[in-house]
Amino acid sequence: MSFLELKNITKRYGPMTAVGDVSLSVEKGEFVSLLGPSGCGKTTTLQMIAGFVEPSAGTIRLDGRDITRAKANSRGLGIVFQSYALFPHMTVFDNVSFGLEMQRVPKGERKPRVEEALSLVHLAPYAKRYPRELSGGQRQRVALARALVIRPPVLLLDEPLSNLDAKLREAMQFELREIQRKVGTTTVMVTHDQAEAFSISDRVVVMEAGRITQIDQPYRIYEHPETEFISRFVGKTNLLPGKVATATGAGATVSLAGIAVPVETAGLSVGETVTLCIRPEKLHLTAPSGGLLTGRVADRFFLGSQWLYHIDGPLGTLMVVTPNDGSTPAEQGAPVGLEWSPSVVRVHRGAMAEAPDVALEVTG
Amino acid sequence: MSTTLPDAAPASPGGETPERRFPSAPLFLSGPAALLFAALVLTPLFLTALLSFNQFDYATGRTGGFTLEHYLAVVTDEYYLEIFLRTFRISALATAICVVIGVPEAYILSRMSNPWRSIFLLVILAPLLVSVVVRAFGWSMLLGPEGPVNGALIALGIGRMKLLYSEGTVVVALVHVMLPFMVIPVWTSLQKLDPAVEQAALSFGASRATAIVRVVAPQILPGILSGSLIVFGLSASAFAIPGLLGGRRLKMVATVVYDQYLSDLNWPMGAAVAVILLAANLIIMLTYHRMVEGHYRRRLG
Ligand SMILES: Nc1ncnc2c1ncn2[C@@H]1O[C@H](COP(=O)(O)OP(=O)(O)O)[C@@H](O)[C@H]1O
Ligand SMILES: [Mg+2]
Repeated sequence: MSFLELKNITKRYGPMTAVGDVSLSVEKGEFVSLLGPSGCGKTTTLQMIAGFVEPSAGTIRLDGRDITRAKANSRGLGIVFQSYALFPHMTVFDNVSFGLEMQRVPKGERKPRVEEALSLVHLAPYAKRYPRELSGGQRQRVALARALVIRPPVLLLDEPLSNLDAKLREAMQFELREIQRKVGTTTVMVTHDQAEAFSISDRVVVMEAGRITQIDQPYRIYEHPETEFISRFVGKTNLLPGKVATATGAGATVSLAGIAVPVETAGLSVGETVTLCIRPEKLHLTAPSGGLLTGRVADRFFLGSQWLYHIDGPLGTLMVVTPNDGSTPAEQGAPVGLEWSPSVVRVHRGAMAEAPDVALEVTG
Repeated sequence: MSTTLPDAAPASPGGETPERRFPSAPLFLSGPAALLFAALVLTPLFLTALLSFNQFDYATGRTGGFTLEHYLAVVTDEYYLEIFLRTFRISALATAICVVIGVPEAYILSRMSNPWRSIFLLVILAPLLVSVVVRAFGWSMLLGPEGPVNGALIALGIGRMKLLYSEGTVVVALVHVMLPFMVIPVWTSLQKLDPAVEQAALSFGASRATAIVRVVAPQILPGILSGSLIVFGLSASAFAIPGLLGGRRLKMVATVVYDQYLSDLNWPMGAAVAVILLAANLIIMLTYHRMVEGHYRRRLG
């Protein structure tokens, strides 16, 4: 049996279902992220684990114990709030010490434990400061130290890095993971940032409108998104509507605006409407005559380590990402060929919900 | 995203800030308010202070000139001393009761969800729409010898009690009038409080009471402080309530000033009492402010 278990957790606000029928098992020591767009119920789910929101239905078990109706202050979980929620009138030391005080840890034992927690987050020299005398990143670390010092069975993080600037966010991601590995605390993190979720989680739980749509390892979610929503939400993707032209036992060909494209998905039937998803980095530029498709460079964007191209062709505008290996990039307006291996094409059955918005995908 | 566009830092225009271009702008902008303040507050204060040094004779009235005799008379007369002490005792008591009632009231209010919160906020503020004089008369009818309170006491077999014209009544009425001035600043500072901070305290195993005492209360202290200063200042200079509910015997400073001006026609004496009240009020409030806020300045900024 797993360490933290949510079973059919539901939260309704009046007629609105904020979280619907969420079931999730987290193993001891695991780092799990809840990933989804804003308003999909991530915080509500976390707050139900924390005990600040009472589920309308379902059960939550921690280490075999039913804590569904337990009071928040009896659960002993470590929580890092999105706003950090530090106690502004207490020094960093007192902030971290507060949890130990509440657990009635003797005074002599508190000091070394607080110091240990502060040095874990590299804040030992700041013990005497007040929160408002710290930078955003430092406050974030205080919040983390404060949650870890009580040695909680589960650490809950609500968008812990969203208030930091891009550079610091990336640095803190890896540090967060490193600290979590070191102390081995079971962790549930909430985030709307897929880079954050992917880089530090063992498993990612994708939520959509209050429901879980996929639970998997980050790599598998990226490569094998189970719904079209996920393939769009997670990373950039080219979505191409088509119809199955021929089907054999192991694969099929899909006709995209008259162009036959081989895929490796079994069990498709001829005439079926499908949507093909191809990640931009899986497309390769070739000489104009060499590829499966031909097109022209409509736009190109320099991303530092990569080039992002918009290629106009018979299938509309496709995004292509190539590594910046130092060679001369294709010029704007230049004719190019496109090729890819059939194994990288994901097939979603049914029509697309809406036309892919290229501009949106780029900035997203 | 697997790839991120480099953050384009918004180019900051190297132009001048408004302060640099118009160094005297703040002065000009605050000018009208400063003028109004000077005309409406400082001038009467100054005139009152001048008046308090004028000589006075019962036969001829105010005669001008310069004397300290009114101040000496106030400082040395036990009658005035008692009135000052009573005024500050009543004000301090009213302030303390306002804190005890108003702070929990504001806390409960901030925890309510709409529409109840709006309704109760209106209930708390509504008394401000009724004149203090009307409310004082209300209390005097309520507590009078034939009023409903005495009626209830008689019905319960306790017998008629003399409720009007006592310090207790004045305190109760002051609390009633001043409570909104405590609730509103406290409520405002509660509004600014991040609700997650209290949740954080709970998540570390604190009981609700501990969370309130250790985490919420210290953060709303500035609100309690300003509420206390307003309530104390208004109570110490209150006129209508002690005038109507304190009767002829139970005088407070403001009613004495009124008497000096309008019964004895000794304006300089009234002015001297008023100036001393102002000075004493200022000293008490500044000391209190220093004591409480100095303690928290570094922490809360
Ligand atoms: N206390 C509440 N009352 C009513 N609706 C709420 C409440 N809390 C959250 N919601 C709604 O529940 C949905 C999920 O919210 P939330 O869990 O905060 O989303 P996320 O954290 O994923 O952005 C939102 O539509 C939000 O408006
Ligand atoms: Mg949220």
